[in-house]
Amino acid sequence: MAFIEICDISKSYGDNAVINRLTMSVDEHQVVSIIGPSGSGKSTLLRCINGLEAIDRGEIRIRGDRITGSGVDVNALRRDIGIVFQSYNLFPHMTVLGNVTLAPIKVLKLSREAAEQQAMVLLARFGLAAKAGEYPDRLSGGQQQRVAIVRALAMDPMVLLLDEVTSALDPELVSEVLGIVRSLAEEGMTMLLATHEMGFAREVSTKVCFLCDGSVYEEGPPEQIFGDPARDRTRAFLRSIRDAKRI
Amino acid sequence: MERISRHTPREVAGESGSARRLNIGGIPTAPTAMFLVVLSIVVVVEAGSLYTIRELWAALRLAGFESWFVAGASALLALASVLIALPLTSAFMRWRDVRRAIARNDVVAARIARSDALNRCWITLGYIFAQFIAALACQFLLANNQAVAKTFFLVPLMVESFPLVLKAFWVNVEIFTVTEILVLIWGLIVALAMLAPGTAGKPLRVIAATYVDVFRAIPAVLVIYLVGFGVPLTGVPILKDFSLTAFVIIALTLTVGAYVAEIYRAGIQSIHWSQAAAARSLGLSHLQTLRFVIVPQGVRQIIPPLLNAFIALQKDTALVSVVGVIDSFNQSMLIATNHYNLSAVTTVAVLFIAISIPQSRFVERMMQRDRARLRGVVV
Repeated sequence: MAFIEICDISKSYGDNAVINRLTMSVDEHQVVSIIGPSGSGKSTLLRCINGLEAIDRGEIRIRGDRITGSGVDVNALRRDIGIVFQSYNLFPHMTVLGNVTLAPIKVLKLSREAAEQQAMVLLARFGLAAKAGEYPDRLSGGQQQRVAIVRALAMDPMVLLLDEVTSALDPELVSEVLGIVRSLAEEGMTMLLATHEMGFAREVSTKVCFLCDGSVYEEGPPEQIFGDPARDRTRAFLRSIRDAKRI
Repeated sequence: MERISRHTPREVAGESGSARRLNIGGIPTAPTAMFLVVLSIVVVVEAGSLYTIRELWAALRLAGFESWFVAGASALLALASVLIALPLTSAFMRWRDVRRAIARNDVVAARIARSDALNRCWITLGYIFAQFIAALACQFLLANNQAVAKTFFLVPLMVESFPLVLKAFWVNVEIFTVTEILVLIWGLIVALAMLAPGTAGKPLRVIAATYVDVFRAIPAVLVIYLVGFGVPLTGVPILKDFSLTAFVIIALTLTVGAYVAEIYRAGIQSIHWSQAAAARSLGLSHLQTLRFVIVPQGVRQIIPPLLNAFIALQKDTALVSVVGVIDSFNQSMLIATNHYNLSAVTTVAVLFIAISIPQSRFVERMMQRDRARLRGVVV
């Protein structure tokens, strides 16, 4: 039994079917990259997994527990599923430390001291200890995104969803964020990442899924998808990426 | 056939050896007409101003204010009115510079001087216009043998009635202070009800929206009248024993609460949904998200409109006179009736101005500090 099982799910906004009978599975300690053209449903898929979007059909299971449909405590679910957004979404009225400790204190009911201690350990690990007292708008994009990752990690999630975490960053700041993701992968953190960083996806993932028109068009180990894709549209997509010199 | 245009290809390519010139006009002319117009306006308004100041002085002397202070103040005022000559003179100097530069055939210097001269002409016009308005206002006060001044600004009466008016003004202060605190809480409750989620929240949303619609539509003075006179008549237990002041506070809270609820709602909705998404995906509940993420940010957005609503509320406390609360307006009207003179009412106006301006400045500074804290902007 896979760690996350996504079985035949669909999601549409009005007439626009964003996810269309998508099936996919993620094993524990795996890093799965989701690639595909824009509008192929990558972000929506991640948002469905942590319950930010309700799905119209099918179901998603984690360790065999159904996490979609009625009767699911989404607040409890989200404690164990971290998500990091493309636009960081830090809380601008709180310091870095406040951002990181808010959920541990209010949701996990940790004491302020315990939460701050844990947050400082995480911040120090990612080179952000000096920024603990700063407000997000004073940080660079790369620093903000690293704080956002730390904020998700502070909840000690079972799985981390990364939604194009480097797409809003200036090129020279991308590596500092990818460095964190790489070290998390080495530790065995289960991750799903929607990404346009093909080189990084190839290096870090155990499995790559090419999404097209809301379903998995082709999946396989990175060497196969990037080296020898079996299907036309995967090839066309990778060729266009290669032409844009993004690999 | 060669294309006929302002910039033929050859010209652009510079084939003939002459590079294309930027066409921003040749040597300028001196802005003589503009300067003369400004000069004549200044002369007329200045004459009027000096005449007005003389009249003002005479009026004050007649009213028994003959002292070195009044004479000195009038002289200072006259001197201040002559200060308009400064920008006018510098406009003239620069106008002369234009003429000289033209004589030297120095295009750049002429352009700069002309631009300066025009700019100074406009500055002079701006100031002389303000002086004109001030002189006009003085003339209005002095009109009809100073009838206007005596009706609205009878200083002895203002001084004499001031303690009484000030004491009554505390009633206004008390009413609006309590109302503001209540409104802050009540408005937030209504706003949160308007944003109650899901099907379960729908009845709440409808009730809240109806309340806002109804109480924004009814004139405040009607609500005060209905609550202040009506509720005691109904004899409802507990409620009927409230004081008149309590009734008008309730009435004002109901009215202003509807506005403030809308302000809160706008502030909350101005926070991008991604903030809520981030908070919810950390496991925070709907209420926790509002409490710790959305409302603290929304409140920052709403402080300026909230201040507007509060200043409006402070002014509206003068409406409580309709149910017989002896506030400053009511008190001043009594004085006005007794003395057949409105000066005490002017005192009330001055008091309202005096409390409103510091609030605006305070809020501005507070916002600036907050922005600096979050953004690192140097104040």
